[in-house]
Amino acid sequence: MAEKQRKQRSSDREGDTSDRVETEVAANSEEIAERIDDLLEEIDSVLEENAEEFVKNYVQKGGQ
Amino acid sequence: MALRKVLGTETEFGITVLNQPGFNPIVASSAVVNSYPGNASRIRWSFDEESPGRDLRGTEVRTAAVAEPDAGLVNTVLTNGARLYVDHAHPEYSSPECSDPRTAALYDKAGERVMVAAVGAAQKLLGQDERMVVHKNNSDGKGNSYGAHENYLISRLTPFGDIVRDLTPFFVTRQVFTGAGKVGAENGRPRVGFQLTQRADFFEEQVGLETTLKRPIINTRDEPHADASRYRRLHVIIGDANLSEVQTFLKLGTTALVLDAIEDGAFDRTIDITDPVHALWTVSHDPTLSVAFETGDGKRCTALDVQWRYFETVSRHARRIGVAPVWEDLIDEWEQVLADLERDPMETADRLDWTAKLRILEGYRRRDDLAWNHPKLRLLDLQYHDVDPNRSLYQRLVDRGAMRRLFDDAEVAAAVFDPPCDTRAFFRGSCVRRFPEALVAANWDSLIFDVGEESLKRVPMMEPLKGTSRHVAELLEASPDAAAMVRALGGNDG
Repeated sequence: MAEKQRKQRSSDREGDTSDRVETEVAANSEEIAERIDDLLEEIDSVLEENAEEFVKNYVQKGGQ
Repeated sequence: MALRKVLGTETEFGITVLNQPGFNPIVASSAVVNSYPGNASRIRWSFDEESPGRDLRGTEVRTAAVAEPDAGLVNTVLTNGARLYVDHAHPEYSSPECSDPRTAALYDKAGERVMVAAVGAAQKLLGQDERMVVHKNNSDGKGNSYGAHENYLISRLTPFGDIVRDLTPFFVTRQVFTGAGKVGAENGRPRVGFQLTQRADFFEEQVGLETTLKRPIINTRDEPHADASRYRRLHVIIGDANLSEVQTFLKLGTTALVLDAIEDGAFDRTIDITDPVHALWTVSHDPTLSVAFETGDGKRCTALDVQWRYFETVSRHARRIGVAPVWEDLIDEWEQVLADLERDPMETADRLDWTAKLRILEGYRRRDDLAWNHPKLRLLDLQYHDVDPNRSLYQRLVDRGAMRRLFDDAEVAAAVFDPPCDTRAFFRGSCVRRFPEALVAANWDSLIFDVGEESLKRVPMMEPLKGTSRHVAELLEASPDAAAMVRALGGNDG
């Protein structure tokens, strides 16, 4: 059963992409881009303030 | 082989204190361990049975580096059966022994909560402007790495050569779903914007005993913490620490399944990678997953080609022996992640740290027009791993429902205090909770009690699948104190 699902996915990958699927993908990627911009704004609000300083001072002793 | 694999994780956390001149990581790590509020009493770790210099290939190396004069002082055993301590210059959490990969992933996640509680308590010892920051990561981006190890108990009967042969290609290629992602390259590797793993750059040998320099893909430490005539403990040092619960489950579960197939001799055709160390770097440095490396038959393979071959052999083996539902879930998850990675790696950004992190980084690169060497990208990389839920970027994704989970918060909270019930960790954790005054020392395979007699009483636990709730819950229930329990067990003088 699992094998069958994978083959299905493989043939999807290899071609025959219909117009309908392409349109869905385009709409979807706009939505994803909006969601990502929203996520970045949220991250901006929690990110350590001075990136250069933080990164410069972040030195760990080696471990295992 | 019946699939009751004893397994667990050990994680060294990155630590720093902001605005503290003269910051000392050993002092800070000690403060973390000693501040942990979850344990009422301090129980010494006993090193009697430990021999990290013993080699799976049959020799023994005695090294001065093994001695840790103060380590016993900064060491504690938790009620969930885990060990919290200072290793090198890092706070480290070793999970209790578990018997399936879902439980092991749960106790790995519980370790993050332990660390959050300990850091919160340690923070109170600091000055007003000082802030302790702890990361579950494996590299500082400047050439220093620290480990997230996995441990798997295997039969002593399995020839070690079989493990090296059949596990090496798996470790080279499992990075496609085990990586935590990293900005840049280190340790003299070729420059790269982003790579799949934190650790690959630091591996330079195929097989060896070292863990801190010239790290090997297969580590040969032979320290079973159990009956050495029956067991080996495979000490896996090549993985990344993962925040994603699904990913930890995948990493531990697939590796345990592959080991089980090796132990049962299920690999009839060996996949032989010509230069495994070089292939390891190649795979990690290629987020498109399309670059191939040479195999012994003169052909070229991608990491996904190799993973599909492992999947076919191992899933067939599992079907043949018949496995519990947790392993069936694992096999489905493995197949799905390979299929999704094959179609578009970014489709796995809902469950893999490296793709989730890459999506954030690419978003910033696009929005702010940042080159890969911009410090902000390095900061985003680090802060993805911050254990503080208010700062962790991983946690931002979880809170938005953008990252799949395996556990709910209540389940994780319970695992911070309760031991797993089906390994000897149940006995260890229960004794820490019930008899904290009498329990004077512990390690993986024994507990030492002071029951008010002339000599200390040692209770050996050489069999990891004994000391379970089924074996000892009644005894613990019936024992009013440690002395009664030790008498009932017939404990030896320690």
